[in-house]
Amino acid sequence: MANESVSKTFTVALTLCIVCAVVVSSAAVFLRPAQEANKLLDLKTNILASAGLLEEGVDVETQFEKISVKLVDMDTGRYTDAIDPAIYDQRKASADPALSVALSADDDIAKIKRRANYSKVYVVENELGLEKVILPIKGYGLWSTLYGFIALESDLKTVAGIGFYEHTETPGLGGEVDNPKWKSSWIGKQAYSGDSYVLKVIKGKVDPARGGAESKIDGLAGATLTTKGVDNLVRYWLGNQGFKPFIENLKTGEA
Amino acid sequence: MSKTKDILLEPIASNNPIALQILGICSALAVTTSMKVAFVMCLALTIVSAFSNLFVSLIRHHIPNSIRIIVQMTIIASMVIMVDQVLKAVAYDISKQLSVFVGLIITNCIVMGRCEAFAMKNPPLPSFYDGIGNGLGYSVILMLLAFIRELFGAGKIWGVQVLPVSTEGGWYIANGMMLMPPSAFFLIGLFIWALRVWKTEQVEKPDFKITANSRKSEVA
Repeated sequence: MANESVSKTFTVALTLCIVCAVVVSSAAVFLRPAQEANKLLDLKTNILASAGLLEEGVDVETQFEKISVKLVDMDTGRYTDAIDPAIYDQRKASADPALSVALSADDDIAKIKRRANYSKVYVVENELGLEKVILPIKGYGLWSTLYGFIALESDLKTVAGIGFYEHTETPGLGGEVDNPKWKSSWIGKQAYSGDSYVLKVIKGKVDPARGGAESKIDGLAGATLTTKGVDNLVRYWLGNQGFKPFIENLKTGEA
Repeated sequence: MSKTKDILLEPIASNNPIALQILGICSALAVTTSMKVAFVMCLALTIVSAFSNLFVSLIRHHIPNSIRIIVQMTIIASMVIMVDQVLKAVAYDISKQLSVFVGLIITNCIVMGRCEAFAMKNPPLPSFYDGIGNGLGYSVILMLLAFIRELFGAGKIWGVQVLPVSTEGGWYIANGMMLMPPSAFFLIGLFIWALRVWKTEQVEKPDFKITANSRKSEVA
């Protein structure tokens, strides 16, 4: 059969497609469990790291055992068991009209368009009760949505840490949100004064001599829009639209 | 045996895919901000290039001329997906950083170019070596780029801080441009210049010559 005949062309194309399809799909199927385990491990590592709980050299799974995953109803600010947190996919829920609400332009300072009705929270407890609470946050920076976590101490107003696990900000500029030194500058800052939210990421450096320094964080040099994005998204998630009702309930023990 | 050696080593300096053939520039700009990431990218490209060359060469007598490009593409794409899946399973952190660029190996001109130019006309084993050789040529340039960009852009070599940067309290003010894609353009340009000073046969003949200005008196 000549190479250039129509039937040969079809035979070659068909055979090649079938062989390639089988190879590719079997690779995908066999490797999926490992990939999903990796993804979960990565998320857990980030949760621990954002609360400053990550220890080098200790198995992440064992470290994660002290954290309990719970689901919060964002409207009431109380725990809910409507869905099992282990199977709840928050990112999918934020896009699903049945499980989320659209935000008006005024409310949507973090530019997330829709907010899921339920959100996962990660609670760390010790013998004395609440130790830390880790809240998932997200919002738009310069190029992309930043996904991360912010952790609060047991007084529910002191920041225990922050971290972003997914973003595509410019390396060296907005990408400095990953800079360990900058992240550590959040630790110990006061998110609330009395009842109102006061945390602010400012442009430039914080002057420790001036008042309010305990609630101000240095902006990132050369990354005005990312800085603004981070400021907005933290304000959103710690504000009335975000986790503030839940935090209030947690304080009074009614969550 | 010396022929195998030639096939393997020629693409490194005398016939470098990036510096002489000017192929595969896109990923050379994108993934060279840190050496670790660049290394994984080099490994991925070398594997894809070697194996797609091998498979194309194995079936080269059966590929109808009319669909040869799409046949090559299918083989390359399958190889790339395999590599991408394996990376996600074993090196999740790095695959997260490489993100879309592993997938973009499919469109990397080096892989496609070698399939079309070499594997279609040569037996499987030399084709395999040719793929590895060109992967190495690509890797040499990428690792050099990554070394310079990581050192001056972030003060690190292979993720280890060597120059204490000012953002973390050191003396070195990081060169932010080194972390942006254009710096790789400048660096590749300088490499090509250096390479052509060393191997003068790579210098292209000018398309035309500029003659001296004619004097007014000579113009009738």
